[in-house]
Amino acid sequence: MGNTRLAEIIGRHERDLLAEWTRRQMDSFGTGRDRISETQLRGNSQDFLRALTEALLRNAGSDLRRQEWSSMKDLLGEISRQRATQGFTPSETAVFVFSFKQPLFTRIASEYPNDSEGFAAELWTATELLDELGLYTSEMYLKSREEVILRQQQEMLELSTPVVEVWEGVLALPLIGTLDSARTQIVMQNLLEAIVARGANLAIIDITGVPTVDTLVAQHLLKTVAAARLMGADCIISGIRPQIAQTIIHLGVDLSGVLTKATLADALQLALKKKNLTVARS
Amino acid sequence: MPVVKTVELPLTRQEDVVAVRQRTRSLGVEIGLTIVDQTKIVTAASELARNTVIHGGGGKATIEIVKEASKQGLRLTFEDCGPGIPDLERAMQDGYTSGAGLGLGLGGSKRLCNDFAIESKVGKGTRVTIARWKA
Repeated sequence: MGNTRLAEIIGRHERDLLAEWTRRQMDSFGTGRDRISETQLRGNSQDFLRALTEALLRNAGSDLRRQEWSSMKDLLGEISRQRATQGFTPSETAVFVFSFKQPLFTRIASEYPNDSEGFAAELWTATELLDELGLYTSEMYLKSREEVILRQQQEMLELSTPVVEVWEGVLALPLIGTLDSARTQIVMQNLLEAIVARGANLAIIDITGVPTVDTLVAQHLLKTVAAARLMGADCIISGIRPQIAQTIIHLGVDLSGVLTKATLADALQLALKKKNLTVARS
Repeated sequence: MPVVKTVELPLTRQEDVVAVRQRTRSLGVEIGLTIVDQTKIVTAASELARNTVIHGGGGKATIEIVKEASKQGLRLTFEDCGPGIPDLERAMQDGYTSGAGLGLGLGGSKRLCNDFAIESKVGKGTRVTIARWKA
């Protein structure tokens, strides 16, 4: 393996390699160059060269699973994460590694003036290695994107299921968004737990923010109402808009056993009445 | 019937049902369906898309903007290569379910649309086509 030889070449040309590579990267960004400063880019590139040389000197080969590559992988992981959050595309991120090819290949060529076989071998080693590193960068980029998506999903799960106490013993559950996923289970559970915790005997489930009420959503609602009733709490479903009411009728879903109101205000009024409370102007 | 626009969506996971609803709604808005008609076709799409995922073992949805004479409408086709429905008449009945649902999906979808057609072969799969025309 010509690993150490490659390290020597990089070491000898480090300064101009770095300058040319950084310039290439800046050029490749075109209009998007304000997303990243030249200093940051140069810093990243310098770290990359250092990690590369270090691994090459230890004869690490091109198998990134080897332990010698771990600091390089950490570095690329960090850079990919940065780029992903700065709004770079996957290819713009991979360019970081791939744009190093041309400057490096020129230097390799100059080191093997009359040895085409040696040049070809060295070139192959370098290509193979840089391809691996570039692919790894893309992979890390996608991974960090997925992490963002996963985190947002979890945030949404938490966000969307608040149970609020609107009056003593009266809970309100404003539902927003899709109701046919794992969320529904959480929603139901949250409400039932809150009924116990606050000793409530009335709960208003508001579906103003639910765009589609199909049979599955209706079934979930009916189950929640039935479970709450078993625990001694009555439910009022509010926020039934005209188009939803018409759709429910056509679907043939029977909500006649459930108290329903058009708006949350109406539902609250009904809840207060059931508690024998009146609101008076002072 | 001339087709103005076609959108094809995969239906393999529960989340794909959400995508079908969203596309159906946006195309409904595009041709100017009223909010009630939008809600009706979106709800029917939701039922049928879920059937494709759960009972059909996955398949695809095709949403089309179609034109006939001077009226425009949405036509949706749901296809799967699942086990098929042995007794269509029974499946269309309200309250009958092979799973754990309310058993209103097929009949309800039919009532929510202007056109409704279902073909099913046991062991081959099921295809449901619905349409809602702009009033």
